[in-house]
Amino acid sequence: MGTTTMAARIWEDHLVASPPGEPDLLYVDLHLVHEVTSPQAFEGLRANGRRVRRPDLTLATMDHNVPTRGGRDAADEVSQRQMMALEENCAREGIRLYGIGSARQGIVHVIGPELGLVQPGMLIVCGDSHTSTNGAFGAIAFGIGTSEVEQVLATQCLRQRRPKTMAITVDGELPIGVTAKDIALGIIARMGVAGGQEHIIEYRGSTIRALSMEGRLTVCNMTIEAGARAGMVAPDEKTFAHLKGRPHAPAGEAWDQAVAHWRSLPSDADATFDREITLDATRLEPYVSWGTNPGQSVPVTGFVPQPSSEADDRALRYMALRPGTAIGEIAIDRVFIGSCTNARLEDLRIAATVVKGRHVHKDVRAMVVPGSAMIKAQAEQEGLDTVFKQAGFEWRDTGCSMCLGMNPDILQPGERCASTSNRNFEGRQGSGGRTHLVSPPMAAAAAIAGHLIDVREMA
Amino acid sequence: MQAFSSVTGVLAPLDRANVDTDQIIPKQFLKRIERSGLGPFLFYDWRRAGDFILDRPAYRDAVVLVAGANFGCGSSREHAPWALLDAGFRAVIASSFADIFESNCFRSGLLPVELPATQVEQLTALAMEAPGTEVTVDLEATTVIAGALTATFAIDGFYRDCLLNGWDEIALTLKSESQIAAYESRRPSFLPTIS
Repeated sequence: MGTTTMAARIWEDHLVASPPGEPDLLYVDLHLVHEVTSPQAFEGLRANGRRVRRPDLTLATMDHNVPTRGGRDAADEVSQRQMMALEENCAREGIRLYGIGSARQGIVHVIGPELGLVQPGMLIVCGDSHTSTNGAFGAIAFGIGTSEVEQVLATQCLRQRRPKTMAITVDGELPIGVTAKDIALGIIARMGVAGGQEHIIEYRGSTIRALSMEGRLTVCNMTIEAGARAGMVAPDEKTFAHLKGRPHAPAGEAWDQAVAHWRSLPSDADATFDREITLDATRLEPYVSWGTNPGQSVPVTGFVPQPSSEADDRALRYMALRPGTAIGEIAIDRVFIGSCTNARLEDLRIAATVVKGRHVHKDVRAMVVPGSAMIKAQAEQEGLDTVFKQAGFEWRDTGCSMCLGMNPDILQPGERCASTSNRNFEGRQGSGGRTHLVSPPMAAAAAIAGHLIDVREMA
Repeated sequence: MQAFSSVTGVLAPLDRANVDTDQIIPKQFLKRIERSGLGPFLFYDWRRAGDFILDRPAYRDAVVLVAGANFGCGSSREHAPWALLDAGFRAVIASSFADIFESNCFRSGLLPVELPATQVEQLTALAMEAPGTEVTVDLEATTVIAGALTATFAIDGFYRDCLLNGWDEIALTLKSESQIAAYESRRPSFLPTIS
């Protein structure tokens, strides 16, 4: 029996060179580009008289600062300038761009899998930390900075030290009302926001196997919030079925070759990891963050904890919360269902089942921002938009929206939001805004109740 | 990239762990299409809240920042090291850095110095108790010297060379052209392309 991990196997497959004493030189199979972290990279290319080496392995979209209603004209002047820069850069270099108005536009980490561009065994990068999302297909996918974006544009290669490996094994059946988001928050609450530093995490175990591809994408998405480099799940029949027939998935003979390769990827039975953690899924509950980083989370049945550090004190002050308060007593002003973490079709469906036949609380403003234009269209075909709108939700166009508030969708100072996004940092959703990270059904339930509430009480 | 060999100047303390890149440079400043000019917006929300430690006169001309663990976590925005550089910082000392932030530092010319927590605490105390204390961070010697403290730090040898020489990493990679081309010729044909 071998002892090779999937991460090591994929890493080896992408080695262009390993000069002694230097980081490995790796080949990038797919480079995803968006408007915010790319302009300086393209500018750097131009300044040095360089061109994009592989436009055919590069895909661009607009997501971070696009308005979610009113189209492009609703964007501020600086955002428009940034979108225009992306259009010019892509046109000059022959890069496919799915901009505002395209049927394939969407959040960069949502459209890659949706188009079938994200496949097992690939090495994928993007100038965005949540690139870890794509590891759900059994790929190595990680976020990079703008200098690295420039390097990949110019050379299709990246220099990286080989990360350590970590196995997180989650076993058991998820209790009703508990989702992939809660697995992720439960892991981070235990490991802390730096617990995964310098590691690639492989999520394993019966719970992970039982998750849909959407759920696996959510778990891998939140990997960066544990400080890890990348997260991944071994490909299986579910992965192959999800890929088959998508626009960029292989077809015919190429499909068979690809599947044979994909089947060879999973870690060996005796693979050894630098670190191993296990989690009992049957004991998980819906999680809610109370503080200003994703590690500061507790089960919804819990209480705002007593501070145990200066950082806790600071977080409680920022969040205007008193220790000992029951989570279910925290009133909210806003609800955001969206982001690369939780805005796929499954997320919208499950939120809609909670919302159906009910109405958003009179003191709450709630919005749904689908993860892509394709998801929006599919949801509308299923009538989910009607469910949300009848309940009093705003039904918006796609984009990153209030996950990071680069577009007009932001919290006002002091506003408190139940959000399906990934970061509850100070000011993340708007200066002075207070974010509680939750799953889509929990966000939907909070919208109806007007306060954080255990969705299991709403059955 | 700006080369780095050694820097001597005021040490500023930011005694907080998990300082995320949203705090270092908030999103509204990511809409720019230039690398420069971000310094005035460094720690924008904390500064605006008033009495922010880095605004005290003794730290205003600081060139080295000493901060809590997991500095630079969160978003991959390279605007974070750009903003620190633009505000006059040349090095950040912490007991650990978020992976992407550290990688961005190496590529933008800001030196990330990792020291054990006890030494970080000593440096923080020194900077707080004697505002205006000077520190020397020497990349050639891999030392940090401030007051009575002399600490040696470990750093990736490759990135140390890059910083010392101000090397253009892309130019280095392009020297491997024959290996890149060879790799490309053996990539499986079932891999997706966008054309």
